[in-house]
Amino acid sequence: MQIAVDLVSWLFLSMGMFLGLTGAYGILKFPDFYTRVHAASISDTLCTACFVIGLALQSGFNLVTAKLFMILILLWLTGPAASHALVRAANTAGLKPVTEKKD
Amino acid sequence: MLLCEQQTPRGLNQLPRKKTEMELAVNITLLLMLCATVFAVVKLQSLFAIVMLFGIYSLLSAMIFVALDAVDVAFTEAAVGAGISTVLMLATLVTTGRWKKKPERSGLLPLFVVTITGAALVWGTLDMPEYGNPANPAHHHVADRYIAESPTEIGIPNMVTSVLASYRGFDTLGEVIVVFTALVGVLSLLQVRRPRTFARKQDNRPDTHRRRPYPVLQVVALIMMPFIIVFALYVQFHGDFGPGGGFQAGVIFAVAFILYTLTYGLDDSLALTPLPALKILAAGGVIIYGGTGVVSMLLGGNFLDYNVLAANPVSGQHIGIIVIELGVGITVASVLITVFYAFVTRAERNRAGEKQVDLPNKAD
Amino acid sequence: MDSIFTDILAGALGRYNYWVVIVLMMAGFYVVIASTNLVKKIVGLNIFQTSVFIMYISIGKISGGTAPIVWANAELYSNPLPHVLILTAIVVGVATTALGLSLIMRIKHAYGSVEEDEILALSQAEDEDE
Repeated sequence: MQIAVDLVSWLFLSMGMFLGLTGAYGILKFPDFYTRVHAASISDTLCTACFVIGLALQSGFNLVTAKLFMILILLWLTGPAASHALVRAANTAGLKPVTEKKD
Repeated sequence: MLLCEQQTPRGLNQLPRKKTEMELAVNITLLLMLCATVFAVVKLQSLFAIVMLFGIYSLLSAMIFVALDAVDVAFTEAAVGAGISTVLMLATLVTTGRWKKKPERSGLLPLFVVTITGAALVWGTLDMPEYGNPANPAHHHVADRYIAESPTEIGIPNMVTSVLASYRGFDTLGEVIVVFTALVGVLSLLQVRRPRTFARKQDNRPDTHRRRPYPVLQVVALIMMPFIIVFALYVQFHGDFGPGGGFQAGVIFAVAFILYTLTYGLDDSLALTPLPALKILAAGGVIIYGGTGVVSMLLGGNFLDYNVLAANPVSGQHIGIIVIELGVGITVASVLITVFYAFVTRAERNRAGEKQVDLPNKAD
Repeated sequence: MDSIFTDILAGALGRYNYWVVIVLMMAGFYVVIASTNLVKKIVGLNIFQTSVFIMYISIGKISGGTAPIVWANAELYSNPLPHVLILTAIVVGVATTALGLSLIMRIKHAYGSVEEDEILALSQAEDEDE
């Protein structure tokens, strides 16, 4: 039973790690600001969710789990709002998305 | 001095070795990241990027403080350095512009001065006792007494709070007065004013159409605010048992109103927290702190000697610490909110163009 | 030979924190004296200040110790005194930073610039006019 929980937990943790790395790679590689924010918001939401679920499985069912899920709710509320604020500010400032591929 | 000799320090070899090695690895990695951030700050020309990197620098140092067991300090650094300082610097950039020019002055002389000073300091560290050794003189004298006696003498688990509020209560009173004085300085340099009051007087259109619509951000801010305030109160009153206390709670409380100002504008948040009230609260916190000292004097003790505040010295200490932490929290929160309002007023004036906003001022 | 090497390594590891603090401190110092922009100077001062905080907290750390909050299983606590000093210093630091930044805004208002050399040139020109 413990091994099964550990396995699922590690699956979630490595999934989170993969998504975090993907987000970081996207921030570095994507062509313009809007696509980079899109990449960053992956690590804001799904990546943290995977980490929290993985850690919650590790801690068992206690106060720590409750705290972890509170943190998750907080991040799900603030992360997308922050991405929204960034994109909105860029749009207001007149930044145009790249629509054509440059050679 | 006597205490120093009585204590027999634990040798390094008795410590759990694996844990210290892990700590060392985390420590070294974080410090290297800190160095990388600082070199980016030195190199970059965009002030906006510099300020954001400074926020990262503060967060990284907060992580180092956690690794070095200073949880209270980490809490304060994360809230103050990464939060408030960054916000204040960004507000300054709105006024001053976000690009700096290339330095005209040659970098060689400063580099020379810095290298010589650094080399002298490194030479100085060779005489310093090794990091983390329990036998180091810094860990003895009064520190031993605080660790051994404060749980029974003051009766609260968080030693940092005991030392901050009780043993070194004078010191903390001084710091609170410095924070208050900084507010006086900022308010004598910048003014706080409702940016749209004059415009509204001129044409009697309703105020609502002027508000910039940020529906998503405003709703999220409204959802967040109660939680931030409840968390601030938790940090304020739980500071005796865990990391926290008046300084941290004050900063978190201020953050709630800064968030409100950022999403709803200065007009609305000045209606929520009027400037005269903030000024009274900032002074009131200092008075609560100093007043506790005077009360303890009137009850026959020394200044800030909380033992006399109740029949039992330990519960006297509890009452004293809660009251003065409240004073600290009130002062820090209202000072930071007012400073932020002053910065935003200046930024709004800049945005609206000096002429427009200055005109009504000249009329009256 | 081996023991000399381990001695040097142990000595270096024992002072690693202090050396990094010195590097950070000097980087902050360099920004303060080499940069002409006043906002960047304030950032440099803050970097300098935070490096001093790290110095104090490093001195307060005891290897194998825990945070100084009474806890049943703890054997050894790190030194709470530097924590107290730095905690208050951080809040005072933000208060003084706020004061410095508001001075910069007034300077911008008065001279229309936050570059040190331009401000000096302008104030010299003003002196000559008088």
